[in-house]
Amino acid sequence: MTVAQLREIAGTVTDPEIPVLTVHDLGILRDVRVTADGTVEVTLTPTYTGCPATAVIAGDVETALRTAGVTRLRIRTVLSPAWTTDWMSHDGHRKLREYGIAPPGARQPACSGRSIGLILSARCPRCGSTDTREISRFGSTPCKSLWSCLSCAEPFDSFKAI
Amino acid sequence: MTAGTLSQPLAGAIDRGDIDRAEVDQIALATYVLGLGDDALILAQRLGEWITRAPQIEEDIALGNIALDLLGQARTLLSYAGEIEGAGRDEDDLAYLRDEREFRNVHLVEIENGDFAVTMARQLIFSGYQYELYTALLTSTDPTLSALAAKAVKEVAYHRDHATQWVLRLGDGTAESHHRMQAALDRVWPYVEEIFDTADTANLLAAPPGIAADPAGLRPAWSGYVENVIAAATLVVPKPTWRSRGGRAGYHSENLGHLLPDMQNLHRSHPGARW
Repeated sequence: MTVAQLREIAGTVTDPEIPVLTVHDLGILRDVRVTADGTVEVTLTPTYTGCPATAVIAGDVETALRTAGVTRLRIRTVLSPAWTTDWMSHDGHRKLREYGIAPPGARQPACSGRSIGLILSARCPRCGSTDTREISRFGSTPCKSLWSCLSCAEPFDSFKAI
Repeated sequence: MTAGTLSQPLAGAIDRGDIDRAEVDQIALATYVLGLGDDALILAQRLGEWITRAPQIEEDIALGNIALDLLGQARTLLSYAGEIEGAGRDEDDLAYLRDEREFRNVHLVEIENGDFAVTMARQLIFSGYQYELYTALLTSTDPTLSALAAKAVKEVAYHRDHATQWVLRLGDGTAESHHRMQAALDRVWPYVEEIFDTADTANLLAAPPGIAADPAGLRPAWSGYVENVIAAATLVVPKPTWRSRGGRAGYHSENLGHLLPDMQNLHRSHPGARW
């Protein structure tokens, strides 16, 4: 198998918590290579340091590659460079929106002591309105915040830009 | 190094000439990393106690998320401390099989949660500290610490913002919420000094080429942020008459002794259990 084929197999594994997204869409598949002794080495990076999906995804990538016939395999997890939502694919943004989750916007600089709590509003994935309100900066998974649309009155999740 | 090296007082060993400089550096690094990891681990455990008890369901979720981020940091740090120690202890061995005197966390993270205001006061202090810590460690010459810092600083910015918004809301809220937020600051402030004590190990490692961040050096930026929030919340910075000390050397309050059985019982009762 070529590296491109291996990358294709590993890249199509989906996130257990947001099943419309693949590891390729998320941008967490950092590298696929074949070492001199024929071992396939896959490098992944976690979205958040404590994200429980990381271990599940690594296991699913391993299963996918072994099912495809890879016998010598090593999965590495690296923290550096730190994952950012800027690595999410254009396709990933579209899939999130269709799934009902507002995709991440542009990253904002961390608040300084003097500018507290100013955030840009997320666009409602259901009706497209920007008349929305953040309910909580923390949602059902580490990567999402909880919002409510004042236009269509539906709650929705938004992917946090980090 | 052997298992248990991390529990030995470093200064004594150097004075007696038991170990050489290279080994001192390794032990200092392992001890430093363990201290940071224990802070994150113990606070994660404390914050987890809020789940199903927070004043709003959104706060159950928020505090659970923050605890999860801290647990992720703790896993990286404890794994790394065990690796440097080189005695075959992994993250689980260090989290579940050490006793109270072997933990290196500051007292702030082990005290009981108190009411929601006390937890928010502690969060403001601690996430403010971690924000400066990880910002400083971005330039650490240790690749594991700088990689973790680059990730964690983004998570901690959210933690600090969360605490900030609550302190503002409660402090500049009703007479009752103002009173309780001030009482909460008064309750936790005696634990501030200890965080910024220049510990032996950190001091040793902060010297060029700069592996660690000297805690005392983080204080000005921390004070600038936190005092600004407190003033905006119409509260005052407390002036405590006593202070905690000794956590980094393994001396703890009775609170840690009560927390550890909760955290360790399952693992110790069922060694090697997995799900």
